[in-house]
Amino acid sequence: MGVIVEPVPHPLHVLAVDDSNLDRKLIERLLKTFSYHVTAVDSGSKALEFLGLQDVDKFSSFSPNPEVEVNLIITDYCMPGMTGYELLRKIKESTSLKDIPVVIMSSDNIPTRINRCLEEGAKEYFLKPVRLSDVDKLKPYLSNNKRASTDEEEFVLNDKSRAR
Amino acid sequence: MLKGAKTGVPLWLLGFGAVRLRTDMNRLLSLLFHQGVLDEQFLQLQQLQDQSSPNFVSEVITIYFHESEKQLRNLRHLLLDREMWDYVKLGIHLNQLMGSSSSIGAKRVRNICAAFRGAVEQNNRSACMRALEVLEHEYCYLKNKLHELFQIEQQRVLGDAVRYPGVVHQQ
Repeated sequence: MGVIVEPVPHPLHVLAVDDSNLDRKLIERLLKTFSYHVTAVDSGSKALEFLGLQDVDKFSSFSPNPEVEVNLIITDYCMPGMTGYELLRKIKESTSLKDIPVVIMSSDNIPTRINRCLEEGAKEYFLKPVRLSDVDKLKPYLSNNKRASTDEEEFVLNDKSRAR
Repeated sequence: MLKGAKTGVPLWLLGFGAVRLRTDMNRLLSLLFHQGVLDEQFLQLQQLQDQSSPNFVSEVITIYFHESEKQLRNLRHLLLDREMWDYVKLGIHLNQLMGSSSSIGAKRVRNICAAFRGAVEQNNRSACMRALEVLEHEYCYLKNKLHELFQIEQQRVLGDAVRYPGVVHQQ
């Protein structure tokens, strides 16, 4: 009989996007408090590059980066170049990335803006300064449930083959 | 009499100094809260500091000083330009300063930025100049007080290190 090895769960990976140096440091620290692995970038285009989505003129080509698995994206709304909203839209338009939960951060409490983001598929809209209590709300979007059931399935299949 | 490892100062005196320093720090913090210079976001920063990130607050504040002084220079430069009224750029720099001030809990500086922004929207050049002067004054006050806070903190940590050499200290 073989040794049963527990699959090692890798830490949940959050991609943080903010053009402000200070806010990037803050969000990184907040996320690390919850033991998430964090990648922080300073623009929407760098975020897309990291995710493997190249924006060539108007045609988006996707070449998945096998090294990268992102479980949640948290982005500032007001950024030069691509706004957080535009980044959200591009992610939702991509068949490969649309299931990654996206959260928006903003210093502005503008109801029409908040609604627009939520309607476009953002899971949450946090008002800055983002607090520990906000990051705590990310837990349901970062639950290991999906991954756990996949592993269970594999284990059951292996068991069945051994039983024969 | 037992003496502190390096200073030769009696241990009981070092202990007394640590208590007084902590009181000084709390008193200064209380004052700054009472004056509305800082708000609870500053406490959040302190909460985020721990053994894995022992210098978090000073690192963040250092970034804040660097960024703010850059923005203040930009604002002054834009306002002193008699030929152009670049209200778009003024707005951008103000928003950035407002955002970072809000992120560290610098309530008074943040509020002055908001008033300044109002003056920009009204194209009121003289009100903008006045707002800039108040902003620079408030920023100076904040910076001095934060430096004072860090000095007290450093003395306390040094005191701890002397009394308990070899122990990892939480700031």
